[in-house]
Amino acid sequence: MQTGLEVRGLSKNFGGLVVSEDISFDLPSGARKALIGPNGAGKSTFANLVTGILRPSSGTIRFDGSDIGHLDEAARVRLGIAKTFQVTTLFRRLTVRENLRLGIIERERRGFGLFRRADRDAAQEAEIDGLLSDFEMTDLADVPVENLAYGQQRLVELALTLSLKPRVLLLDEPAAGVPSSEVHLISDAIARLPEDLAVLIIEHDMDLVFRVATSIVVLVQGRILVEGTPAEVAADARVRELYLGGGHG
Amino acid sequence: MGLFLNIVIDGTAYGMILFMIAVGLSVTMGLMRVVNLAHGAFALVGGALAHWFQQDLGTGFGIALVAAIAGTVILALPLELVLYRRIYRMGELQQVLATIGLTFLFIATINLWQGSALLVIEFPQALRMPVDLGFRTLPAHRLAVIGLGFAIILFLWWLLDRTRFGVRLRASVDNRDIAAAHGINTDMVYLATFGLGAALAAIGGIMGSELLPIEAYYPLRYMVLFLIVVAVGGMGSILGSFLAALGLGILETAARYLLPDAATISFFAIVILLLTLRPNGLMGRV
Amino acid sequence: MRDHLVPIVMGLVAVGLFFAFPYDLAFLTRVLVTIVLVLSVDLVLGYAGIPTLGQAAMFGTGAYAAGLFAIHVWGDPLAGLVVGAVAGAAIALVSGLVLMRTRGLTVIMLTIAVAAILHEIANRARDLTGGADGLRGIRMQPVLGLWEFDFIGRTGYWYALVVVIVVYVGLSILTRSSFGLGLRGIHDSPERMRAIGAPVYWRLVTAYTIGGGIAGIAGALNAQITQLVSLEGFAFSLSAEALIMLILGGTGRLVGAVIGVALFMTVHHFAAANDPFNWLFVIGAMVLVVVFFLPQGIISLPGILLRHLRGGRDADRA
Repeated sequence: MQTGLEVRGLSKNFGGLVVSEDISFDLPSGARKALIGPNGAGKSTFANLVTGILRPSSGTIRFDGSDIGHLDEAARVRLGIAKTFQVTTLFRRLTVRENLRLGIIERERRGFGLFRRADRDAAQEAEIDGLLSDFEMTDLADVPVENLAYGQQRLVELALTLSLKPRVLLLDEPAAGVPSSEVHLISDAIARLPEDLAVLIIEHDMDLVFRVATSIVVLVQGRILVEGTPAEVAADARVRELYLGGGHG
Repeated sequence: MGLFLNIVIDGTAYGMILFMIAVGLSVTMGLMRVVNLAHGAFALVGGALAHWFQQDLGTGFGIALVAAIAGTVILALPLELVLYRRIYRMGELQQVLATIGLTFLFIATINLWQGSALLVIEFPQALRMPVDLGFRTLPAHRLAVIGLGFAIILFLWWLLDRTRFGVRLRASVDNRDIAAAHGINTDMVYLATFGLGAALAAIGGIMGSELLPIEAYYPLRYMVLFLIVVAVGGMGSILGSFLAALGLGILETAARYLLPDAATISFFAIVILLLTLRPNGLMGRV
Repeated sequence: MRDHLVPIVMGLVAVGLFFAFPYDLAFLTRVLVTIVLVLSVDLVLGYAGIPTLGQAAMFGTGAYAAGLFAIHVWGDPLAGLVVGAVAGAAIALVSGLVLMRTRGLTVIMLTIAVAAILHEIANRARDLTGGADGLRGIRMQPVLGLWEFDFIGRTGYWYALVVVIVVYVGLSILTRSSFGLGLRGIHDSPERMRAIGAPVYWRLVTAYTIGGGIAGIAGALNAQITQLVSLEGFAFSLSAEALIMLILGGTGRLVGAVIGVALFMTVHHFAAANDPFNWLFVIGAMVLVVVFFLPQGIISLPGILLRHLRGGRDADRA
C-alpha cells in the first residue's frame, strides 16, 4: 500500500468542454512537486478535483490506498489534505491567534464543543505560540487579520494550514499578489515545511518553483505534457517552446 | 374543461400583473445587485397617484394612468440618485434594512396623504364591459391585462435586443467593470433601468388594483409575493420573471380553485421545493 | 471581570426599573420577552451570519406550543418553556435543513416564506389555535409552585427577567466556546472554514436550531405572561422589527441586542402609542440613519463621538 496521494485517469468536463483529461499523478509522502502550465491549462481545476470542491467525470483519487472520491471537501481536509487559496482566504475579522485556534480546534474535532471556552486550553495555546514563533509573528498575535499586509496574510494562511497537521499540502500560487521583495519569505517558509509532508505547489513564479520543487509536472490543455526533475523539464524542447519561451535555465 | 380554462385565464391575468411589478425588481437585483424590498412601493405610489387624479382631480382613467406613471418615475429617479446609488454598495443585510426602512417611510407617507382606506381606481366603461368567451363571461379588463402583459414583454424584448440601450444594459449586467471600461456610462444605465422598473411597477399596481387592492400597507403585504417571482424566475432574467410570474399566477389560481383551504400552503410548499431544487431560479445564472 | 461588568449593570438596571416604574410592568416585561427574541436573532445573524427575516416562525411556534400545552396538558410555566424551546428548535431544524443549503437572498426569502406558511397554518387550524381570534384560556400555575402570576405583573416581570438572564448567560458561554468561534469563522469565510475541515452546513443547522429554541422560549414566555397567543407571533413585522432592533444595537455582541431592544421599544412606547403609521416614520428614519451613518449600531456611537472629539483636539494641537 502506498502512502500519500495517488491519482489515476482523472478527467473533468463541463458540458462539452474538457478541462482535465486522463491525469495520472503520484504525490507520495515527502514529495515536493510543482504543477505548472499556461493560463487555462486546468491547474486550478485539477487542484479543485483533488481537494473535493469539484467531482471528477471519471478517474480515481486514492489517499493512503483508499478511494476518497466520494468524500466532500471538509472530509478530505480531516483526512489530512489541506490547501492554501490562490487569493488569501482567512477569517478576516478574527485575530491571527483566533485563526490558528480555529485550525487546531477543527483538527482535534472539537468544533461542536458548546460549553468550554475556546481560549482556555493550555496545550492548544502553547501550540499556537509555537506556530507564531515559527513564523515570527508573535507580535502580531492579537491583530485582526484584515489589518495585516498581504505578505503577512499569506504567512498566516500557511500557518493556519499547518495547524491542521496535514499529510498533503496544496499551495495554490502561494506567491501570487506578494510583492517580489517578500517572495523569499514564502519560499523560506516552504523550505521549512515538515519533511514527511507531501507538497504540491501550483505556481507561476518560476524562480520559486525551481527553488523548492524536486519534481515538476507541466499541464497543457488539461493533459500532462511532461513530468520530470527541474533539469529535465527545463531541457525539454516542448516545454521551452510552449511555456518557458526558451529563456529559462 | 371549463374549470381548466378559467384557471388559465384568471391565472394568466394574475401572472401578468405579477410580471409587470416584479420585472423591475428582478432587473435591479440582477443589474445593481440590490435587494430592493421597497420595490412594491412604486406600485403603491402609482396606484395612489392614479386614485388621486381620478377622485380628487376628476381626470379620466387614461390621463390618471399616464400621469401616475410619470409621477412615479419622477419620484423614483431622484431616489435612485440620492439613496439607491449608495445602497448598491452595501452588504446584502444593509440593503435589506435600508429598503425596509424606505418601505416604512413610503407606507407612512401614503397614509398621511391618502389615509389607510382602500384607494379605489375606477376602470373606464370599456374595460368593465363583460366579454363573452363562450364558456364564461369576464370583464374586458382581464383580457386587457393579458394583452398588456404580452405587449410589455415584447417591448422589453425589443428594447433589449434591438436598441443601443439594450446592448448597454446587457453589457452592464454581464460585467459592470468591463462595460464601464468600454465607455458605457453605467450610472446612466442604472438610472434609466431603475426608472423603467418603477414605471412598470406603477402600471402593474394600477392595472392590478382589482386583484391586489391598493392601500398603504401594499408594499409589505405583497413583498413576499414579488420576491418569490424574482427568486423563482432567477435574478436579472426578464424571461425568467415572465415565466415565473405566469407559472406562479396560474399555480396560485389553480390552488384557489382546487384546494381553497390549502391554497396558500400548497403555493408556498411548491415554491420552497422549487427553490431547494434550483436555488438560482428557473433562468438564474450560477 | 470587565467582560461581566456590562451585563451585571444591565441586570441591576432591570431590578431598579421594577421599583421605579411599578405601573409599567406590562411594558417592561414585553421588553424582556423581546430581548430573548432578539438575542436569538443575534446568534443566528450576528454570530453565524445567516441573513434571516423569519425568526417569528420560531417565536410563534414556541408561543402556540406553550399555550396549547398549558391548556391541554399542564399549566406549569417551566415545563411550558421547555415545550416552547423544543417546538421552536424543531421548526428551526426542519426548515434549517433546507434553508442552510441556500445562500444570500434566497435564505432571506425562504425564512420569510416559512413564517408566512406557519402564519397561514395557524390561521386555518381555527379549531386548534382559535385562528384570527387568537388562542385564549391559558391559565398558568405558580412558578415553581410558589409564585402565582398576579394581575399587576410582578411575578411575570421577575420570571421574564430570570429567563433573560439565563438565556444571556447561556449565550455568553456558547458564543465563547469552540462552536461560537467556529460560527464567527463561518461568518467571515465559509470557504476557509471548509478548508480547515469544518462541516459548515451542520454547524449552521445547529446554530439555527439553537437560535430557534431560544426564539421558541421567547414565544412561550410571551404566551404564558400575556395568557394569549395571536397570529401576530408569526408576523413579518415581528421578524423585521427584531432584525432592526439588533442592527440598532449592533450585531455580533449580546450587549447590542439588549441595548437595541431597550432603545427601540422605549421610543416606540412614547412616540407611537396611538398611531401605528406615525411610528413607521420614526422607525423608517431610524433604520436609514443607522444603516447610512452607524453601520456598527448605536453601540458604536460613543466610540465615534470620542474619536471625533479627540480628532478635534489633535487638530487643535496641530
